[in-house]
Amino acid sequence: MINKINFSKFFNIANIFSFLAVIISVLFLFFKGLNYGVDFKGGTLLEIRIDNKNILIQDIRGSLNMPELGDVNVKQFGEEGDFLIKFEKNANENKKFITDLKNSISKKISSAVNFRRVETVGPKVSSELLKQGVTAIALALGAMLFYIWIRFEWQFSLGAIVALIHDVVITLGIFSILSFEVNLSIVAAVLTIVGYSMNDTVVIFDRIRENLLKYSKLKTNEITDISVNETLSRTVITSLTTLLALFSIFILGGEILKGFSFAMILGVIIGTYSSIYVASPVLNYFKVTQKTLLKDDDL
Amino acid sequence: MLSFTKIKVLSIYLILILTIFFASLNLKNNNLLDKKVNLGLDLQGGSYILLEIDTKPLVNQKLQSKVITLKKFLIKNEINFKDFIIAQDNISITISEDKQDKLKNLFFKQQDNTVNNFIPEYNKFELDLKFDQNKAFIKFSNFGLVSLNNSALKQSIEIIRRRIDDVGTKEPTILQRGDKRILVELPGIDDPERIKELLGKTAQLTFRLVAKDNSFGSEKLILTENNEELMVSKRIVISGDNLVDAQPQFDSQSNQPIVLFTLDRVGAKKFGRITTENVGRRLAIVLDNSVISAPNIREAITGGTGTISGGFSFQESTDLALLLRSGALPAPINIIEERTVGPDLGKDSIDAGVFSLIIGFILVILFMFIKYKIFGLVSNISLIANLFMMIGILTILEATLTLPGIAGIILTVGMAVDSNVLIYERIREELKTEKSIIHAFDTGYNKAKITVIDANVTTLIAAAILFIFGSGPVKGFAVTLGIGILTTLFSAYFIARHLTSVIVLNDKEGKYFKL
Repeated sequence: MINKINFSKFFNIANIFSFLAVIISVLFLFFKGLNYGVDFKGGTLLEIRIDNKNILIQDIRGSLNMPELGDVNVKQFGEEGDFLIKFEKNANENKKFITDLKNSISKKISSAVNFRRVETVGPKVSSELLKQGVTAIALALGAMLFYIWIRFEWQFSLGAIVALIHDVVITLGIFSILSFEVNLSIVAAVLTIVGYSMNDTVVIFDRIRENLLKYSKLKTNEITDISVNETLSRTVITSLTTLLALFSIFILGGEILKGFSFAMILGVIIGTYSSIYVASPVLNYFKVTQKTLLKDDDL
Repeated sequence: MLSFTKIKVLSIYLILILTIFFASLNLKNNNLLDKKVNLGLDLQGGSYILLEIDTKPLVNQKLQSKVITLKKFLIKNEINFKDFIIAQDNISITISEDKQDKLKNLFFKQQDNTVNNFIPEYNKFELDLKFDQNKAFIKFSNFGLVSLNNSALKQSIEIIRRRIDDVGTKEPTILQRGDKRILVELPGIDDPERIKELLGKTAQLTFRLVAKDNSFGSEKLILTENNEELMVSKRIVISGDNLVDAQPQFDSQSNQPIVLFTLDRVGAKKFGRITTENVGRRLAIVLDNSVISAPNIREAITGGTGTISGGFSFQESTDLALLLRSGALPAPINIIEERTVGPDLGKDSIDAGVFSLIIGFILVILFMFIKYKIFGLVSNISLIANLFMMIGILTILEATLTLPGIAGIILTVGMAVDSNVLIYERIREELKTEKSIIHAFDTGYNKAKITVIDANVTTLIAAAILFIFGSGPVKGFAVTLGIGILTTLFSAYFIARHLTSVIVLNDKEGKYFKL
């Protein structure tokens, strides 16, 4: 076998590393929390374009110095003159609010303002959306667990789910550390990560199962090593093509898809890593051998 | 795995051509079939508005309307009562305990029941009656509330549709969502503020006399024109229900925008009588608890038509006429979610999305060609076929393409090659031990099959859950991702496999086998 890498040698180090990463992520998620967008927090989001490109972000902030808006957040968004404004107030309490705000900003910075996007989510809807998002992710994890359990043995199922939780927690942890906004599209990204990481894990597991039946004398870690090596080129190539597509969205797909593609890029990298270094060691830990497979087949 | 019957090959390419045909319908100027991929609001611009109806005031209002019939009913049946109290959601009456059984029997009688309507649909009564010592409590039963809610929601949808149609937006979507919500989608509108204002107004119009003094039975309302405080009688002369038409016009003398209204027969008669009796007094025209104008009655108005002038702009008079024509909403409606995308942002998003799709596509194709040479080419052909099939199926389903949906297509492009990679890597392994090249390809395809299916089912599960739980744009992502997986399986296992078989079976010298 060419390019044989002794993956199992690094299992222990990798596991410590993963464990620490998960702990740090959980701590961040617990103490710092996530930077929820209006989808989940409620409030109003405005994407504006200003004709006069000399207007600075401070000017916009100054023009929004109104206590009734609540917490206001302004940031540059893509091109020059494009800004993203978020505030706590639910703009739909007063029907004319948006028009009034537009005129007020326009007057204060004395330049025409174009509202390119307005999103207002009431408190009831935002809490529903958050609940839906969490349910969707939990359900996806459950469904994956069930599928693997049917297709493989429970040890595999456990390995896969540990890897998935690892991926989801670390991805969200990085979002927490970087204070990146979490909105509906991030939930979509996380679900896709779950699908992708699972996909990767299944390919390796399939091979492990096949090799377990082929070599009865080898130890579990030797089998996982052989299997990971055999599928390695596929793992690398698929991750590369997926990353090519994702980087293309990240760089060229516009501001709105930035967060989404960033989460996906993180997820693909973490998911690829976890298939090798998280899911497979679990099989080692449970000493999955040919007997495990044969015993279950008898049932 | 490499043998294909003629009929199989024929049907594979027939399906491909069919989907390419459907994909081509999206090109401009096609008159063949009216099918195309719809652009989501985030791509074509427009407003998504979620409304929620607030039935609480309606419950109270309905209880109020029961008061007179209920009192009459009690008197007629010689049930003595006192302390008639109307609370937010119930009526409490003090009734001696010996009369309670009588009331109960009459209250839940199916025929000729003037007070408590029987709902045949649910086989239940509208109201509930409970006793606590000498107190009787009347409130809406759960079924009564459901029935009240449903009819209010249906009526609201109807009125909202009338209002939106009247404004003249193109292809609006108005749908019931759950049991309290209405979803309104307005593609390509440029002024959602106006629509929002029109949607949110209950537009309960009443004509009432301005009270002579601060007498009982009047309330303090504000005249919007000049913030004057007026004491207005609570007695309603006529309401918007009596209106049959309302049109914006210009006053012939002052040239001010006004609204001309026409009353039905009953309304005209009543209006005539009141105006005759009250010449010289002021008549308040009240819309949703604020007075829009309070003119002096100069002479009796018996013709059944009248005008409302309130210092309107032309737009305001047009909107008021529209609201009056469409009728009042049965209950207040609140906007609980709104997403509006301007048309220029939508266009920018399409441009960026399509551009990144093309670049991502080229990168993947180049990569595959460099890595697998002629079989990379095969994989690329199947990838192109895959893309056409995705668009074709989206067209057949007349699905809505959103920005995350485009991302889903790009992601599919990246992940679609996975199936071919899995297969080729497998074949490469087989070639190491297998002498017969054809046999190596055959087993390669066969052994990879289970893995490919397993791997794709997991992504399909994720897509299905996203589809169920996702809303709006995210749903679009789930749709393209899910369709992408199916077309990927088809193109890898039929198109790419067939092309591979053609090469392998024709290449006796083994020139191309260096995978």
